Order: sequence, then structure tokens, then C-alpha cells
Amino acid sequence: MAQTLDWDVVIDAISGKNVGMGVDEKALITTLGNSHKDHRKLFRKASKSFFEEDEERAFEKCHDQFVKHLRLEFSRFNNAVVMWSMHPWERDARVVKKALKKGDECYSLIVEVACTRSSEDLLGARKAYHSLFDQSMEEDIASNIHGSRRKLLVGLVSAYRYEGNKVKDDSAKSDAKILAEAVASPGEKAIENDEVVRILSTRSKLHLQHVYKHYNQIKGSDLLGGVSESSILNDALLCLLKPSVYFSKILNASLNKDADKGTKKWLTRVFVTRADHSDEMKDIAEEYNQRYGETLAQNIQEKIRGNYRDFLLTLLSKSN
Amino acid sequence: MATFKVSSSVPSPSEDAEQLKTAFEGWGTNEDLIISILAHRSAEQRKLIRQTYHEVFGEDLLKSLDKELSSDFERAILLWTMEPGERDALLANEATKRWTSSNQVLMEVACTRTSTQLLHARQAYHARFKKSIEEDVAHHTTGDFRKLLVSLISSYRYEGEEVNMTLAKQEAKIIHEKIKDKHYNDEEVIRILSTRSKAQINATFNRYQDAHGEEILKSLEEGDGDDKFLQLLRSTIQCLTRPELYFVDVLRSAINKSGTDEGALTRIVTTRAEIDLKVIGQEFQRRNSISLEKAITKDTRGDYEKMLVALLGEDDDA
Repeated sequence: MAQTLDWDVVIDAISGKNVGMGVDEKALITTLGNSHKDHRKLFRKASKSFFEEDEERAFEKCHDQFVKHLRLEFSRFNNAVVMWSMHPWERDARVVKKALKKGDECYSLIVEVACTRSSEDLLGARKAYHSLFDQSMEEDIASNIHGSRRKLLVGLVSAYRYEGNKVKDDSAKSDAKILAEAVASPGEKAIENDEVVRILSTRSKLHLQHVYKHYNQIKGSDLLGGVSESSILNDALLCLLKPSVYFSKILNASLNKDADKGTKKWLTRVFVTRADHSDEMKDIAEEYNQRYGETLAQNIQEKIRGNYRDFLLTLLSKSN
Repeated sequence: MATFKVSSSVPSPSEDAEQLKTAFEGWGTNEDLIISILAHRSAEQRKLIRQTYHEVFGEDLLKSLDKELSSDFERAILLWTMEPGERDALLANEATKRWTSSNQVLMEVACTRTSTQLLHARQAYHARFKKSIEEDVAHHTTGDFRKLLVSLISSYRYEGEEVNMTLAKQEAKIIHEKIKDKHYNDEEVIRILSTRSKAQINATFNRYQDAHGEEILKSLEEGDGDDKFLQLLRSTIQCLTRPELYFVDVLRSAINKSGTDEGALTRIVTTRAEIDLKVIGQEFQRRNSISLEKAITKDTRGDYEKMLVALLGEDDDA
């Protein structure tokens, strides 16, 4: 068959080198689907970066990395769909379970679930946890994490925050004073303070907004600037006070082409878990635009391909 | 098992509401009529009566009762008529206030309710007090008490019967080591008591007994008698493993004191009448050689006594 197949398209589609995430399924279908097996053989022989010639046994073998990579690139859409079909409570319960298994670097996911969901949704996640894993979320977290982070994380997931609009401003003021003193200590010391844990894990979000306001007045500086960015304390504060900032930051990190595999997964998680809350998604998109100059939609268009891209854009458009 | 009696043919909520209204009318109040109705209705039925009363007469039944009644009888009727979640929320809130503060009550509500009941209490707390239960408990307790109580009140325990025996062994060992060194307030002890399911906790303490030859509660008796935290810890464990025995202890000291502790007596009878007051009564009789009803009638009088007896199911109305 004399068919000029555009193997560059295939290489592009599956190497993800220049463009980002996801796979251009249409291009692949056209090219690979139409190809004759001899052409594919030629393709394999010519693509030394993906295939290695096993001369003794006369076939072209895939590099391990290539297989891994292919699976990953194809799996994004798959993961997104599976996650999207799940009940939000199950979704969140599974996110927490996975974060616990992965360890240290993923504890911010627990903070995210505990602090950005409504009281009913967090409660729902705890119910789902019972159902899925035959244990309570708090017992799993408590037995797998130790020290000051345990206290904070268990506290945050156990909260059933008041969601009404009554606030006692004097309480907020005194909480702000306590926070001001505690945060002055370096590093993670602040979360060892029982009062900090109390304030962050029991107060209503509205109350915390008041605390934030008073804190900034007392200190003359922004609480959110004054805490180390990579700390769990910062994650908690950001999630509780300015969730759209938190989400736009992690979206930005996940869209960065140098991001690692784990970070890139954040994109799916944020979109799938927030898309049902159109107000929030809108806020996130606006915040992103303000912070990074481009719109989320643009960025996705540029950096993602195939069904994965279309799915994300569809979720995004739900909020408009 | 519940103790109070509901007859097989119950008047409609509107009939009951009408009757209650007549009980309030004129000079004085017809307490007997109030008891004969409210003490013989289930939580669901009482809820309907309250709704109907409000629709027909434009006032919350609880408010009317408050206007007409007083003292211990009123407290008993009000607590009884409330929905369980509301009741627990009220008890918890009172327990955080200065003059009525009680770590024991907070622990009791947190540990003797099912996960669902505790959840209802937390929801009712939002609605009534415009705050979360945990923020109030945290704010009004300190140190070790806060650590224990906030964890207990925020728990949403798994309620299945599955037990991990290996885990039970490990955690029994941890607890044994901590208690040996008198580290009663250790994080691990608090973690285990406030996050594990009740089935798991029971298995853990059974293991403890097998491994060390004595019951955990016995081991804890050896501590300092004045250590209030230790006392609270003992009660916590008792509530999680043998709540009926805890309630028997509380009732016994409430009734035996020179001068009855009506607060405790009312609280236990109204909160357990729909749950396990029967078993509590049986245990009480076994340990005190006198029936709970007799002990109560010896120590109380008037309408208050009649109400308690009705909730015990020992009255003749049905």
C-alpha cells in the first residue's frame, strides 16, 4: 500500500513531548488505524527512542518507559470519566485513602477535602469512607500519621462546621490574637499549638474570615503571606479562607509542562471535584485569569489534547 | 430496650394536641393528662404532636409547657418532649456553660450515642446555637480534657461489627504500656478511644484482659483518686464498652446522695427511656437489690415522680 502516513503525528501523539497531556485520539485512529502492519514495523524500527531491536529474536521490543508513558497518557481521560461518574462522597473518600497510602507529600490532599467541601459533603465523604473501607476516616488518618500533623488533620476531617451567618466578632478578635502569637513561631511549630488547631478545626468559615481580618489588622500584614508556602498550615489557611486562590495555584502547577506525574493528576481532580459547584468553578477560573494572565480555557486548549481536553473544557463550560 | 409504654391505638396528633391544650387551660395545669399523653408517645409521635400543636395553636408546645410547668417536672417533660438530637444538643450546650459545666455530660453524650444519634445532635446544635458543638467544647475546655472531649464529640465511628484481631492485640499492648507509666493522657490512648469503632474497642479491651489478667477498669482504679482526668477516662471506657453499667453507677449516686441529684436522674431517664433503660433497670436491681422504680419512688415526689415512673413503664396508664 502506497500510503503516506504521517508518523510524526503518531510520534507527537504518543510522546507528549511538545504539547502536554492527553492523546490526540483522532489522529491516532486515522494514522495507526489505517496503517498496514508492515508500515508499523517500519515505524518501530525507525523509532529508536520508543523501541529496541531484539536482534536475536528478530522483533522490536518496547522500552519499558514507553509502555508506562503510553498507559499514563491514555489513562487521563479514563481516570477523569471514572472519577466523574462516582458519587462525590465516594470520590472524596478515595482521594483521602489514596493520600494516606502515598504518605507525606500528599497530606495536602486531605486538607483540601476537609477544608474546601461543605459540612454536608465532608460528612458524606466520612460516611462513604465507612462504607468503602470499613473504618472511619479519622481512625485511619490517626493511626497512619503521627505528631502535630495528626492533631491538625484529624481535627480538620472531624469538623462539622456551622454554616450560618451568625458570627461573634469578639470571639473572632480573641482568636486572631491567639493566632498572631502562635504564627510568630518558626516552621511547623504553629500547628503544635492546641489553640491553633482548635481555631482552624472547629470554627465556622465565616468566623475564620473575621479572624483573618482582625489578624491582618493586628499584625499589619497578610496572614496568608506570612506562613511558609509549602506548609500544611498554609494549605489549611488558604483552603479555608481563599479556596479559589488555592485551586488556581494548584491548577497552574499541574499545567506546567515540567510538572511531575503526580502533580499533573491534580488537574483531573480539581476539575472533576469542583465542576458540580458552578459558582466555585467560576471563581476559580476568574482567580486563575487574574493571577496568570491567561484564561483557564486557553491554557487547556494549548496544553491538552484529545478527549481529555474536550472533557475538561466541557466541565469548565458548565460553570458559565 | 425502651421502657415507656405506647398503647396499640394511639389518638391522632391533632387529638393529642387538643387534649394538651385543655390540660393548660383554666386554673392550674392538668399534669396527669400531660403525662398520660406525652409519656406514652414515641419520638416520632411526639414530633408530630409538636408540629400539629404549633400549626393549630401558633405556639411551640415546649413554650407552652415552659409557661405552665416548673421545676423538676418541667425539666423532665421538656427534655422528654424534645427530639433526641435537640435534647443532646441542649445537654451539651449546658455542659459548656460556666455554672452548669460538666465534662462528664459531654463525654456521656459523645460516647453513649450511636454515630447517627451523635450526628443528629451536631446538626441540632448548629440550628439552635448557631455554632458547632466542637467549637464550643474546644473553647470551654482546656488541656487534656479538651484533647479528649473534642476528639470524642467529633467522632463519626464506623458502626460495623468487623474487628481486626491483630490490631486489637497491638492497641491493647499500647494501652497497657501507657497506663503502666501512668500516661493516661497519651495521644495514642486518646486516638484509640476516640477514633476506633465500638466493636474494635471492645475487642481491644477483651484482648487486654486476656493478656494481663485484669479488666482495664480495674487497672485504672490504681491511679490517683483525685485525678479527674483519670476518672473521666475510666468513665469514657465504661461508656464505650458497658454503657448500662455506667448509667447504673450514675443513677446510684444520683439517688443515694443525701438530696437527690435530679439533674442526673432526669437526664438519664429521659435520654435512655427510648434506648436501653430496661437493661439499665435490670442491672440496677442486680447490683442494688432494689428495683430502679422503687429507688426512684423512695426519693422523689409528686408529678416529677409520676413522670419518671411513667417513663420507666411502671405506671398503669397505657
